[in-house]
Amino acid sequence: MQDHSDKKANEKAGYGTTGHEWDGIQELNTPLPRWWLWTWYASIIWAFCYWIAYPAIPMVSSFTKGVLGWSSREAVIADVQGLQTLRGPMTAKIEAASLADIEKTPELLSFARAQGAAAFAVNCSPCHGAGAQGSKGYPNLNDDDWLWGGSLDTIHTTLQHGIRWDADKDTRSSMMPAFGKDGTLKANEISATADYVRSLSGLPTDKGADLALGQSVFAANCAACHGDNGEGNQDVGAPKLNDKVWLYGSDKALIMERITLGGGGVMPAWSTRLDVPTIKSLAVYVHTLGGGQ
Amino acid sequence: MTHPISHSPSLWQRHQIFEKNSIILVIGILIAISIGGLVEVLPLFYLKSTIEQVDGIRPLTPLELTGRNIYVREGCYNCHSQMIRPLRDEVERYGHYSLAAESMYDHPFQWGSKRTGPDLARVGGKYSDDWHRDHLRNPRSVVPASIMPGYPWLEQNLVDLSHVSDDMAVLAAEGVPYSPEMIKAAISDAKTQGSADDASTATFAKRYPKAISRDLGGNVGRLTEADALIAYLQLLGTQVDFKLYDDKANIR
Repeated sequence: MQDHSDKKANEKAGYGTTGHEWDGIQELNTPLPRWWLWTWYASIIWAFCYWIAYPAIPMVSSFTKGVLGWSSREAVIADVQGLQTLRGPMTAKIEAASLADIEKTPELLSFARAQGAAAFAVNCSPCHGAGAQGSKGYPNLNDDDWLWGGSLDTIHTTLQHGIRWDADKDTRSSMMPAFGKDGTLKANEISATADYVRSLSGLPTDKGADLALGQSVFAANCAACHGDNGEGNQDVGAPKLNDKVWLYGSDKALIMERITLGGGGVMPAWSTRLDVPTIKSLAVYVHTLGGGQ
Repeated sequence: MTHPISHSPSLWQRHQIFEKNSIILVIGILIAISIGGLVEVLPLFYLKSTIEQVDGIRPLTPLELTGRNIYVREGCYNCHSQMIRPLRDEVERYGHYSLAAESMYDHPFQWGSKRTGPDLARVGGKYSDDWHRDHLRNPRSVVPASIMPGYPWLEQNLVDLSHVSDDMAVLAAEGVPYSPEMIKAAISDAKTQGSADDASTATFAKRYPKAISRDLGGNVGRLTEADALIAYLQLLGTQVDFKLYDDKANIR
């Protein structure tokens, strides 16, 4: 390898070599493209400016705060406050108005429905579906079949406190017993009851189904909550059984499964996650989906 | 570019010791990278303003820890972050921005950097246990447009608690405040948390304040991997009471 000082201009390239040579092969000292070089210098200058402008350099007990005094936490607090200021007048109106008045006032209704739709998409749609159509075990909110009541107030209460959500002491807590698992009913009784439940809404029953047994078991065990004719009871969240709307499905096997396991759906209480106006907007949104009473 | 010929040792000559000796080059690289790393990492350990003490953070219960291990095993972090950044849109969607203290007992933390799915930092208490079970089995059953794969084996595999005490002992050595009593009771605590009306619920609650304790699955007495994972998911982001947390006082 040759000495650094031994560089001479390469005749063809018109500029020097690095002075490196391996077996007669020399390395050209090709200059960097100008645009690249200047961008690089500019980046270095930018970095120094950034160090001065923004929090950057660790010191003994703290760090340099930067001449702009920017802080990510301060910035997000300001941004969120800006949003609240923007929505403020309408949010205040929503907060002050009763649920019924919100629905009656077109201006408030359109705001509540817009806010409700956004909050629904983020918080409710994973269970109730993007169109509030529900799925197995998660109620459809468009129809007029309500488990815990479809009035503005009952929807609002459900949203605030959830259903069977232990962390909220005001939650709706009644639950169907596990008739099969706990041994209250025998297999033939469960089967007969499932057939009887299907007969309530006019669905065909199994051949040789013991509807008389089913009826007596139903009267003794189910009617207290679901009503003598399966009309349901919203006070305890007992679904209507004599219509064509099914939460877990109308197959006999699915009905038997519910009788065996009991229990019921769980909905979180939203009062700890969402603010008052958002929950009110959601109540209005759900109420105006089509099934509100 | 041409360089003036000089008689003092040139830059190349000073540098050639690195270029001609690979060991010295490696040592040089290590020193250069270490300086960069130390300047970025070390101050975080001594700067008071970067260390935030927050009320309510407790170590994971044995069942939650087992769930966390399943979370890592299944690679959930590949698609889900656990870090709500201090940006308006994220705070609007997911809730209060994440605090460093919320992952202080995580080794390693699961902040992640990829959001194919939503952030999970505050997913705890957002959905029911049943929803998580349905969703883990087949995400499409509850969210038709979901592209998340199903994890149906989680509710079939019984949870393996044989290593949970060892895990806790290792974490204790790393500074997580697990007491010897907690480590000793690990397996029974895990079973207690996964069942309702267990006789030892009270002592469990004393060891792990505010921990949920209920039948996580439909099948009593059968503690599955899904139960452990759900216990972990239901904890995420619920430990700090943000009604008491003072945003303004904690600007740093």
